[in-house]
This record gives sequence, C-alpha cells and structure tokens, in this order.
Amino acid sequence: MTRDIFQPSGQIQFGIFFQGVNSGTIWKAPQAGSQTDFESFRHIAQTAERGKFAAFFLGEGLRLREHLGRPHALDVVGRPDAQTMLAALAAVTTNIGLVATQNTTYNDPADLAHRLSSLDLISGGRAAWNIVTTDNAWTGANFRRGGYLDHADRYKHAEAFVETAKRLWDSWETPTGPARRVLHEGQHYTVDVTPRLPRSAQYRPVLFQAGDSPDGRDFAARQADVIFSAHPKFDDAVEFRRDIVARSIAAGRGANAVQIMPASEFILAATDQEAQEKKAWVRSLQIGPQQAIAYLEQFWGRELSTYDPDGPLPEIDPVVEETSETRGSGFHGAKARQLADQWRAEAKDKGLSIRQFVTSKTARIDSTFTGSYTAVADHLAEYARVGAVDGFNISPWLIPTGLDDIVNHLVPELQERGVYPTEYRGTTLRENLGLETPVRSEEPAHV
Amino acid sequence: MSTFEERKAGFLAIELDGAGYEGIAAAVLAAESAGFHAATFKDTPEAGRTNALQRAAFAGPLTRTIAVVPEIDTVYTEPFHVSTQLASLDYVSGGRAGWIATAAVSPEAAAAVGRSFVEGDALAQEAAASIEVGRRLWDSWEDDAVIRDVATGRYIDVDKLHYADFETPADFSGAAYSVKGPSIIPRPLQGQLPVLAAASLVGEGLVPADAVDAVLVSAPTPELLATEVRDTRARLGSSVAIVAELDVVLDSRGQAAESRALSDQKDGTPREGRFARFAGSAASLTELLDSLLREADGVRLHPAVLDVELEELSRLVLPELRRRGVLRPPVQDGTFRDVLGLAPAENRYSTTAAAPLAAGK
Repeated sequence: MTRDIFQPSGQIQFGIFFQGVNSGTIWKAPQAGSQTDFESFRHIAQTAERGKFAAFFLGEGLRLREHLGRPHALDVVGRPDAQTMLAALAAVTTNIGLVATQNTTYNDPADLAHRLSSLDLISGGRAAWNIVTTDNAWTGANFRRGGYLDHADRYKHAEAFVETAKRLWDSWETPTGPARRVLHEGQHYTVDVTPRLPRSAQYRPVLFQAGDSPDGRDFAARQADVIFSAHPKFDDAVEFRRDIVARSIAAGRGANAVQIMPASEFILAATDQEAQEKKAWVRSLQIGPQQAIAYLEQFWGRELSTYDPDGPLPEIDPVVEETSETRGSGFHGAKARQLADQWRAEAKDKGLSIRQFVTSKTARIDSTFTGSYTAVADHLAEYARVGAVDGFNISPWLIPTGLDDIVNHLVPELQERGVYPTEYRGTTLRENLGLETPVRSEEPAHV
Repeated sequence: MSTFEERKAGFLAIELDGAGYEGIAAAVLAAESAGFHAATFKDTPEAGRTNALQRAAFAGPLTRTIAVVPEIDTVYTEPFHVSTQLASLDYVSGGRAGWIATAAVSPEAAAAVGRSFVEGDALAQEAAASIEVGRRLWDSWEDDAVIRDVATGRYIDVDKLHYADFETPADFSGAAYSVKGPSIIPRPLQGQLPVLAAASLVGEGLVPADAVDAVLVSAPTPELLATEVRDTRARLGSSVAIVAELDVVLDSRGQAAESRALSDQKDGTPREGRFARFAGSAASLTELLDSLLREADGVRLHPAVLDVELEELSRLVLPELRRRGVLRPPVQDGTFRDVLGLAPAENRYSTTAAAPLAAGK
C-alpha cells in the first residue's frame, strides 16, 4: 500500500522558536533588544512571515529556573503566556502558524482545548499545540494541584489528555452544531463538558510533540502531526525519519502522516570564513565566564566562583549526590561525582579550560548550521532531496533581528534551488504544512 | 480622592461581545475612534463565544488608546496562569489592560474541569484568593529587575525578584492551595493591572474593597441606578471607582428603540436582564449618561446590537457628552490606570522605593 511507503516532498519549511529563556539567546550584544516588548515579537513574527515561515513557536514557563536555590541570573528570562501573545500576533500577521507550547500536567483538558480552539478561530485556522509534559512537584508549587504525577505516568496521562482534547474538537457535528457532550473519567481528572466552539478553518489545531524517548516517539507517532525533534544532523535526521515512519505505520497511520522539524540554530554570513568568526563571537556571548562557572555549579551543587573560568576544572568534588540545582533544564539526576571525574578527565585530555569545556558541552554542535548562505542552502537542499526532515525549527540567537539574514539571504537561495515555498499554499497552518484534514470520529454521544 | 469637579469628567466603556471572533478588529477600532475609554470582553459560557482574554489580546496591537478588559473567572481557573495571561495582555496592549474578575456560579464549569461546584460565600473567597495571587505575582519582579549588566554577566538582579508564597487562608472553604512564584513574566507595564469586579462580590466578608480598583454596579432600572451608585460608594468608600452598568437600545435607522427591543426579544435569545435597560433616543440617552456620570466614575454600555448601537453612540451620543465636558478626552498611549485615575502602582516587595501601599494597588 502506497501510504506505507514514505514519499519525500522535496521541500523544507521553517519555523521560528522564540525561546525567551536559557543561554542560546545572547543579550550582551548591543543589538540585543527586549525579550518582552511586543515590538520584539512583532518584528520576529513579521520577518518570519516575509520569509514564508510555516510557524511561530512559543515555549511555556511554569516556574523560573533556579540556581543554588535562587532564580538563575545569567541568562535571558521572563516571557509571556504563549496563547495570549499568539492571539496578539494573530492580529498583525496573516499566514504564519501560531504554535503554543502547553503542558498537559498543569492544564485542564476542557479549558486548554477551549482556549486552543479559541486561538484557532481568532487566527483563522493557524493555531497549533506543542504538547509537553512535566511531572515534578517543584513546578507544581505554582498550581492548585501541586505535584501529583509520577514520572512513569506522564505519557499515559498526556495521551489521555490529548485524546480527550481531540474528542472535544470533534464534538460539533457541523460548523453550527449541535455539539456532543464529552465525558472522560481518568485516574487524575474527570471531564464532563459540551464544547462551545465550532471547528476552525483547519478543523482543529495542529499538534506538535517533542518527546524523544521510545515512549515519547510512540506517543508522537500515534497522536502528533509534527515532531519538534532533537535530530537535525543529517545522518541522525535520516535515522530518526526511518524510526518515525516505522512507528507511524505500526500505529496505523501513513508513512507521511507525521512530519519532522528539528530544533536548530543558524549562524550565517557571506562567506564560510566570516560565518566561523561570527560563530566564535556568538559562542563567547552565549557562554560567558559567569555562565561557565554556573554551569559547573549546577553539577557540583556548590559555589565555584573562586575558580578561574580560563583555568582547569575544579579539583574539589561535588557536594550533591544528584544534580538538580538548576531547575528547568536537562541532566536531572545525573550522578554528580561520577560525572565530575569523567569531565575532569575529558577536559584534561583535550586541554580545555572551564569556559572552553562548558562551551563544548552546551554549544549545540549537532543543531547548528554554520556557513555561507550558499553552502548552507546546498546542505539543506540535500535534506529536502532525501526527505530527512520536513523543515527546521529555528531558534534565533539574537532578538529581535535574529531572523533577518535568514530571511534576506538564505530563504532566496533555497527558493532558487526549488526546495522552499515561494508563497503560502493557503491561509491555514494545516494547508501550509500540507497536512491532511482529520476525519471526524463517529463516536456516539455520551461515551 | 478626586474632587467632584474632577470626577465629573468620567469615562465610558463598551462591551464588545457582540463582535464575535471575526469582527473584533472592526469593532474595537470603531469603539476607539468613537472615543470609548475601554472595551470589555465577556467570558461567560455560551456557544460560539471564544476566550475573552484572547479577544482582548487580539485587539491590543490594533489600538492605541482604548483599554482592553477581559472577564476571567477566578473559581475554575489556575491563578498562576491567569496572572501570567493578564500580565502578557498588558505587554501586548502597551499598558492598556485590565481584569474583570468574575466568580462563576456554574455546575457546568465545575464538571468541565472535574472540580466540586462552588457557591455562596466560597465564591468571594475564590475571587479574593485569585486576585491576591495575581497582585503578588505582578509585584514579584521589581520594575528594574532586568539589569543586563554585562560587567557581572547578570541579566537579572535576583534581589529584585520575590517569591509570592501565597497560601489560602485558614477559613478557605475550597481545596486549599499555595502559589510559590515568582512570576515567569516581568512586572506588567502598569505595575498592577486595574482589577474590576461586580459590586455584589465586593465588601465586608467578600472580596475586600482594597483588593479591587473599580466595581461594576447594576440596578433593575435606569432610575434606580444612580441611587445604587450612591449606596455603593457609601458602602465601599471613595478609594474604589464606580462603574454603572447599562443595557442600551437606541432608535435607529427609522426604527424606534422600543420596537427594536421587542423584536430583539421575540426573535433572538431573551436578554439577560442583569442590567438596567435604556431604550429610547440618542438625545435622552445623552441626558441619562450626563446625569449618571455625575454620580459614577464611568458607565459601561451593553449595546443590544453592537454595530447598530455603536454607530448611533459614535455619531450622536459621545460627541455631545464630550461637548458638555462630561467625558474625559481619551489619551493616546495612556494606560488603563490613567483612565481610572489611579496613581502609579507601588510595589509591595520594593527594596528601593518608599514604604509600599498596604494593598499594593
């Protein structure tokens, strides 16, 4: 059956991920603008739309990152509510998709489905939901529920949540009603609601998902339209595609049913040489001396400010069993002592200072495309040719002008190569991504 | 407190629910150019009604003068999310956001999120708790917390971020909860968004008067409205602005208001009847508003048919009220706090300013 054979589209698309937190966004450069003013968001979104980007992504903050028991001070931080910002951007854009990262752990299905429907209607069918899960009580301290979910249960819970949301979006028989009542009784919540909003121009919000564990991949293969993946490097991307195609088919969906857009960073210039110089500059601003020390402190669990960032790694040992101090970032639960030994050896071997070592650990080596506009365009055309990915979700390292050179120089190169859209295909995100319209389930009322 | 003469120049708000989700831009621009000071967005559950906060957010970047003020429930929502959403609304509207804090009396809303139905005194407790969480989180970043200090490598000054550490009071009827903070978004542009609530939700044993900036006052008839405004002011004191609620049906396009009101009731859904209803000519509405604005700080109009009433109001009513000096001139790029005549908001956690105000408004 042809739907079981993957067909490369020969095209790639771009999304933009306005991160709002962490060290990827540089703020020390004179060109760095506000992280919260609406004008920064407007500039990025309108630039992306000028470059025919498929989607504009926002993350979701549920608790500020902390470092040694206090809010983390060194990186950009402080960001708006995703759907509120996207509703505002809907007013000043016309085609670009609006993707809200929203948590299944600290939202209610009926409320979240209603708000996403709302965004979808207000934007004329451009909304999407990037589904994420959280399980820790530390985040729960900001919510009525508190922490309530075991790590092992998070995908089970998330999937029940997503299926409930889909039933809510399926509930209107015609665009004018009537709606069927949706009941769900689960371990963690119950829902009994008759949805109030009709389907949108794209039927329902597009679903993105970023899980990378085997469970996360299966979840995405069953439920998602697009995977926001962590595999942008060519060979890795090809392998990830194979894996997802197999999982989609196993889930009873077509080989092309799930699209893939890896997270990525672009450092571009007129020549490869200039791009490399620019990269060194960007890295120096992403990981300054203080960030380098703070990075180690989260694994050592103690202050290391007396150590020289340009000297070797600390000879003293971590004071914690497990790393957990900088919340809201990765590496929770690594064995601290073991990691420290390993890192000291590695840094010594390679002759790296603290700063050089931390830069190498955080440099997103696998997700950065560095080079001249033409060289990077040639490289991306290869992805399009074999269908390694459906596009890239770009995190700009500079706000608000970080997309300017991509849109002004890279996009035209890609268009010349015939691998990037020259116009939006339609007005909805689903149309622009080339996704099929969902078929309404024939579930009887009052399940 | 402002003097009577200052207060005489009041403000007008208009409920824009009738615009639906496809007509937001046209409606809010029409309301702004008519000279309304605030647009409000209903959020009670009704088929086809999209989220009020999102409609307000959509209106934000399209306008420069009119305040955008959504209703948001306090009972079946997460206070942390609501606080963040409202702060974000303030950013996308350039400091023109407000919040009509409501307390849903709705078994359906409870069932939708799997919570127990809340009624009676517990409603005001939920509202008071949510408002307190919102206000603490809005203050949890001091205005100058983002320092971008290249020399020390610090983007923020952590001494200017504060934990909210909210806990529901011991006598809280619902499920107790706590909110840690700080907010995930810096302090709103207005510092504190103005909070409005129905007057029936505010007062002794309810939401404390100093927790809100304005109350919405309703009465069965226009005649009773002025008395109700005076009574409410006597009950709540002078620190809370009073906004009178008025349904409006006007003579329009050769049709008398009374007949429009009747046909409206016959064909459409029956009107809610929560508010005093004025039906008549633009000239008599002007007289009514002139007298109401001498008692209340502002009036919120609920048009029977948005397009129709807005046209008449814009053509005949607001210009005359302005000519009489009863209406404050709208200020481009002003804040909603300016509209309500509120002083700059002190920060309860401030480490640099003088002693903060008790309520932190």
